[in-house]
Amino acid sequence: MAEAALPGSNSSAAAGARKAVQDLNAPLWRNVLFVSPYLFFFVTLLVVPLFWGIWLSLHKADAFGTGRFVGLDNYFRLFRDKIFLQVVGNTFYFVLLTVPALAVIGLLLALALNRNTRTAAALRAVYFASSVLSVTIVTLIWRTVFIGNFGLLATVYGWFGATAPAFLSDPTLAMIGIAIATVWWCIGLPMMLFLSALQQVPREIYEAASLDNASRWRTLWHITLPSIRRTFVLVIIIEIVLQFQLFGQAWLMTKGGPNNASKPIVLYIYEATFIKWDLGLGAAASEILFILIMIAALAQYFISRRKGEEG
Amino acid sequence: MSSVSSGMVGRSAGDRIVLMLTIAMAIVMMAPIAWVVALSLKDNKELMTDMNSVFHVPYTIANYINILATSSVFRWILNSVIVSGVLTILTLVLSSLAGYGFARLNFPFRNALLILVLLGLAVPEQAVLIARHQLFSWLKFHNTYHGLILPGLAAPFGVFLMTQYFRAIPKELDEAALLDNASRFKIFWKVLLPLTLPAQATLGIFTFLSSWNDYFWPLISGTKKEMYTLTIGIASTQTNFAQSEGLGFLMSQAVFAGAPILILYLFFQKYIVTAVSGAAVR
Repeated sequence: MAEAALPGSNSSAAAGARKAVQDLNAPLWRNVLFVSPYLFFFVTLLVVPLFWGIWLSLHKADAFGTGRFVGLDNYFRLFRDKIFLQVVGNTFYFVLLTVPALAVIGLLLALALNRNTRTAAALRAVYFASSVLSVTIVTLIWRTVFIGNFGLLATVYGWFGATAPAFLSDPTLAMIGIAIATVWWCIGLPMMLFLSALQQVPREIYEAASLDNASRWRTLWHITLPSIRRTFVLVIIIEIVLQFQLFGQAWLMTKGGPNNASKPIVLYIYEATFIKWDLGLGAAASEILFILIMIAALAQYFISRRKGEEG
Repeated sequence: MSSVSSGMVGRSAGDRIVLMLTIAMAIVMMAPIAWVVALSLKDNKELMTDMNSVFHVPYTIANYINILATSSVFRWILNSVIVSGVLTILTLVLSSLAGYGFARLNFPFRNALLILVLLGLAVPEQAVLIARHQLFSWLKFHNTYHGLILPGLAAPFGVFLMTQYFRAIPKELDEAALLDNASRFKIFWKVLLPLTLPAQATLGIFTFLSSWNDYFWPLISGTKKEMYTLTIGIASTQTNFAQSEGLGFLMSQAVFAGAPILILYLFFQKYIVTAVSGAAVR
């Protein structure tokens, strides 16, 4: 640094350095060395498997090899399979159960806890805590809540001489039970996203509103909510993408039952591929899930783009 | 000032109700965890005769002592530490190098490659899982540590995060170092890398946590009991769940497995929250 601070002390070195600065922007093959270690794994373990998956979905394949080319037959098989149509419906139902609940509860918590007190900080920590647990622990916890005879729910209902709803064994309630466990598990993220959005609303707007003697509800309705509208849409999309991939909760709490009532797409893929070893069918189902998620992800991309333009 | 304070007084009644409701809901939310902890402290035989015995003494730590004696939990914890630890370190190295490269250096096809990597962010795990599994079958990578670690290295999130972070550092810093005739690698290592520590912490915690909690890939790749990660191992103990004889023991394993992450969360709460929300929005 000391040398650089003395201009002209060594003119040839300075010229070399100037050339070096120009080199910074020259496209050089050796610069690829910095990105190539990552790109190696990116290509071999993400790009190639992605196209290989599409290829597999057009073949009859088992665990160790690719069989004959069958065209779109795997896709036709899926759409003729009543269970596949049912699991697509189940997945949409699950998204419908969880995503609005996560967005609304997350928003309410953020509004309630957006303040600088120790109590609020502690409560934020409590509400986020479940998010760091693994799906295994979450389902273990919720099965001990829901399970008949000795669950927490059954015990509490028992005090009042009532029978608890059989969340995991009743086909009409199984998905709702999984949704409750999922909202409990995932509520931290939407709450935090809303909190950071609320903190970005300029303070001056609130001050102006309080000078106008605007009521609390009016301030909430006309200032706070409109200014976090984009975050609301973003949370919805993020959660749609996440909840579309429901797997562990359903597999560990109900095995998709009873009668496939709580079986989501990913569980169908898992069973087709890794239990029945019908890799072509599993791959075709994966591609359909991929397309569904892609639609949501594209929406997210365009919305965060718009955010960049306005900011 | 007076208008602000009078506003505060007007608000406090409503505020108190909201606060009470939030506290009540937090208690309801914690109840299942308390239930599991309470069960883990009860004798199995006592639980079988009367579930309400959970609410009164005697409590016992016998279940936890049983873990030390009989359970495979320690092996699974070791597996998880190895897999998540190595994956985190490698992810930090690869992402930092690539982030610096994409943010600061020019090379042929740079922008096209960066766009390709960013597109990778939208690819869900399920779309590549089956092909990866087949590839790893051929390479005989299943039931090995590298088989569990390698797929995580392809995730584009780290590169995305580090590229953004390096871009935010003023370019004058590199140029001053270049005038000193420092090499490209030396600039990266000595000048810029220390400035990215917050991003390293965020990425490191996020990678470790998601690998620690990962359920799908270890389920299909580490299928031998001695290669289970903690997440898979605890899941495997749940199969004989309906028989309540082992309930207390099962719960003590769950507490034993969940507690370290919750304790880590208490210490690194800010980083964890930043990491998880950052990864979601990207």
